Amino acid sequence: MRVTLKEWASLISQLSWKIGGQQGEGVESTDRIFSTALNRLGYYLYGYRHFSSRIKGGHTNNKIRISTKPIRAISDDLDILVAFDQETIDLNAHELRQGGVIVADAKFNPVVPEGVEARLFAVPITAIAEELGTSLMKNMVASGASWALLGLPLEVFNKAVEEEFGRKGPAVVEKNVEAVRRGADFVLEQAGGPLGDFQLEPADGEQKLFMIGNDAMALGALAAGCRIMAAYPITPASEIMEYLIKQLPKFGGTVVQTEDEIAAVTMSIGSNYAGVRSMTASAGPGLSLMMEAIGLAGMTETPLVIVNTQRGGPSTGLPTKQEQSDVNAMIYGTHGEIPKIVIAPSSIEECFYDMVEAFNLAERYQCPVIVLTDLQLSLGKQSCEPLDYERIVIDRGNLVTNVPPSEDNVLFKRYEFVEGGVSPRVLPGEKGGLHHVTGVEHDETGRPSESAINRKKMMDKRLHKLDNLQVTNAIRVDAPHEDADLLIVGMGSTGGTIDQARVQLEQDGIKTNHVTVRQIYPFPTAQFKAYADRAKQIVVLENNATGQLANQIKLNVGVGDKVRNLTKYDGTPFLPSEVYKQSKELV
Amino acid sequence: MATFKEFRNNVKPNWCPGCGDFSVQAAIQRAAANAGLEPEKLAVISGIGCSGRISGYINAYGFHSIHGRALPIAQGVKLANRDLTVIASGGDGDGFAIGMGHTVHAIRRNINMTYIVMDNQIYGLTKGQTSPRSAVGFKTKSTPEGSIESTLSPLEIALAAGATFVAQSFSSDLKQLTSLIEQGINHEGFSLINVFSPCVTFNKINTYDWFKENIVNLETVEGYDASNRVMAMTKLMETNGMITGLIYQNKEKRSYENLITGFRPEPLTNQNLQLSVEDFDKLLKEFK
Repeated sequence: MRVTLKEWASLISQLSWKIGGQQGEGVESTDRIFSTALNRLGYYLYGYRHFSSRIKGGHTNNKIRISTKPIRAISDDLDILVAFDQETIDLNAHELRQGGVIVADAKFNPVVPEGVEARLFAVPITAIAEELGTSLMKNMVASGASWALLGLPLEVFNKAVEEEFGRKGPAVVEKNVEAVRRGADFVLEQAGGPLGDFQLEPADGEQKLFMIGNDAMALGALAAGCRIMAAYPITPASEIMEYLIKQLPKFGGTVVQTEDEIAAVTMSIGSNYAGVRSMTASAGPGLSLMMEAIGLAGMTETPLVIVNTQRGGPSTGLPTKQEQSDVNAMIYGTHGEIPKIVIAPSSIEECFYDMVEAFNLAERYQCPVIVLTDLQLSLGKQSCEPLDYERIVIDRGNLVTNVPPSEDNVLFKRYEFVEGGVSPRVLPGEKGGLHHVTGVEHDETGRPSESAINRKKMMDKRLHKLDNLQVTNAIRVDAPHEDADLLIVGMGSTGGTIDQARVQLEQDGIKTNHVTVRQIYPFPTAQFKAYADRAKQIVVLENNATGQLANQIKLNVGVGDKVRNLTKYDGTPFLPSEVYKQSKELV
Repeated sequence: MATFKEFRNNVKPNWCPGCGDFSVQAAIQRAAANAGLEPEKLAVISGIGCSGRISGYINAYGFHSIHGRALPIAQGVKLANRDLTVIASGGDGDGFAIGMGHTVHAIRRNINMTYIVMDNQIYGLTKGQTSPRSAVGFKTKSTPEGSIESTLSPLEIALAAGATFVAQSFSSDLKQLTSLIEQGINHEGFSLINVFSPCVTFNKINTYDWFKENIVNLETVEGYDASNRVMAMTKLMETNGMITGLIYQNKEKRSYENLITGFRPEPLTNQNLQLSVEDFDKLLKEFK
């Protein structure tokens, strides 16, 4: 795309686009093709899905933020709204910025709500689609229209259409391309050409990886050498198993869809015990069911990786909505006391690298590792920086092979008291490695033991394994100020939103540092304290009602007088403006 | 080739004298030897209860897990290393109460392994409460007026769930029990062996003598055909499940591991974990 200098001056660097309608109406597929085409042009994208716990019907919408620079947050406002029904307009028009655009199906005689100043383009979306043979194509008409308003090259869009429908044959592709063109032609005639104030600066032309957090984690697991996944379907975790169902057979592995989450986690324990890197993934309800087995993995020192893609709780809660309310459950869940590691990736790239690390940590420390994401990070489709093959390093910890055979039924000391507490681990099949494993308190060979002396030693051995825990970037720091007015602390998907709010806070003269806690448990007290001490006030931002992360900070770091909670638990992610306003009020 | 003595260890079981589980332990050790196994190639995964202790009494890789979950753990072990012979074991409470969901689905899944249930119709380790296998009217600590729930027929359920190997035996018949376990080990797919294993301390009704009087050995039943699923179901219903021997075997159906797309004969534990840079690039391309 060539532009003159004068034109360039009027170009914008980002905009937000949203499509809405009834679930099952093609909102998802429109979003997919639209964003695939944008990705082709090299734009950075950040997606947000609003959906309900049903398959057909019910309002749903997908929002994409499009930018020439990396972005990690949804925007406060909206530039273009594509509406398949009036409900979409009624529910979303208030987000439109002044002078925003609505592209709506003429079929339902769209009305712009009172108080909203927007340009409305009523396009005969359904009519054109039906004329071309099927109303199914209305998503193509709609996306063609909004693409044309942005003045973006149609051939790039058509390429994406071709990829989406190629397997259905050239006739289908042709029909859909035609639908796109008709939508584009109609709206261009109505608008008198592309909208001058909606022209994006050209992107770098470099196609980015474009994926959801669940994809990145599944890919990370595969790269980490995970070859067995046992899982039970649940929102918002299922994409992890779906990806691995597709990929694992190519690498000799498999996914077992189990009868429940208890089977999923225990099957995974069995595979890990036998020596194959194995995982499960679920959300809150599934994690609740897994707690006893997590204790078994802790007690038997069996490596185990579990992903918890948090959603709204408690109970069934808000299954399709954003929340970060399982922090306590992940730290404290399971009866008794076990060593356990909880890490929370805070970006799409970390979703990938943290899975590699999680499998390494699980084997290095022989304990359960929980990878904690949230719905927005798990399901928000976004651009991802290139993933580095060199960073995929597999470390299997204290795993021993070729153990000389024992004599007279002397068992291998699987739980030997060693410096650091991580005993040599041997896999079934090894002649010299025979030992027993039990969730009952046991001696060095794994035999049940109720001896008080042994009990204390074993507890200490297990619990002190994590004294030397090394996690890459236990906290992620962006702290330009030696003395900050404000330290904003977050976890998971909120980092981009915080950073955007910080720009405004800085403009107001509030010196703001930002720490993302990635190692949730054991809490990285020493690393964190340095930044807590440098701030006058600490705002802990989290999607839950009781300030679970803030409580960890108070408990471990002891800066309670400085800590203020910034919580949101209505099922939606924080918006940059909310973080800005509320942080300012708290300072 | 290991002898049955090589499957013994020096741990003294904490079962009551006379407990039926001693015979099950001996039968597993003999069957393992008869099947030509080595101790390191056998993994015994057990649940919780008196019977759950069995994994610690056999010289093999033993995993004493949590209540009701021996089966999914055992399946995970087998998928990871298909060179191992995997035996899961536990009691009737473990397999037919808390773990019933896993039992039915393990049967459906048909992974090549053997599940031995020590069925004493009572909860022993918790000192005498009713079990799903208790008879109606059976008085226990938890059912002082007698159990009012129907007795579960696990082998009928197994057949309904698509079992490929269903057998039943009795602790007093070590020869039959050993043979059935050996057949179960050699069966391709999931083999379920329910063993009447009397609890001499808490069950004064279903005693050794009571079983001897009430069970029928299928070998004595003329014309019984263990490949006939309808006959198996009918016989179980006719006798209220009081039969021993091989009740049903389907030799045609392939085991789960042999049906998984891309699953290799070589155990996963022996395979290379590292993705090649070419494979990695190919995987990344799908996200562009």
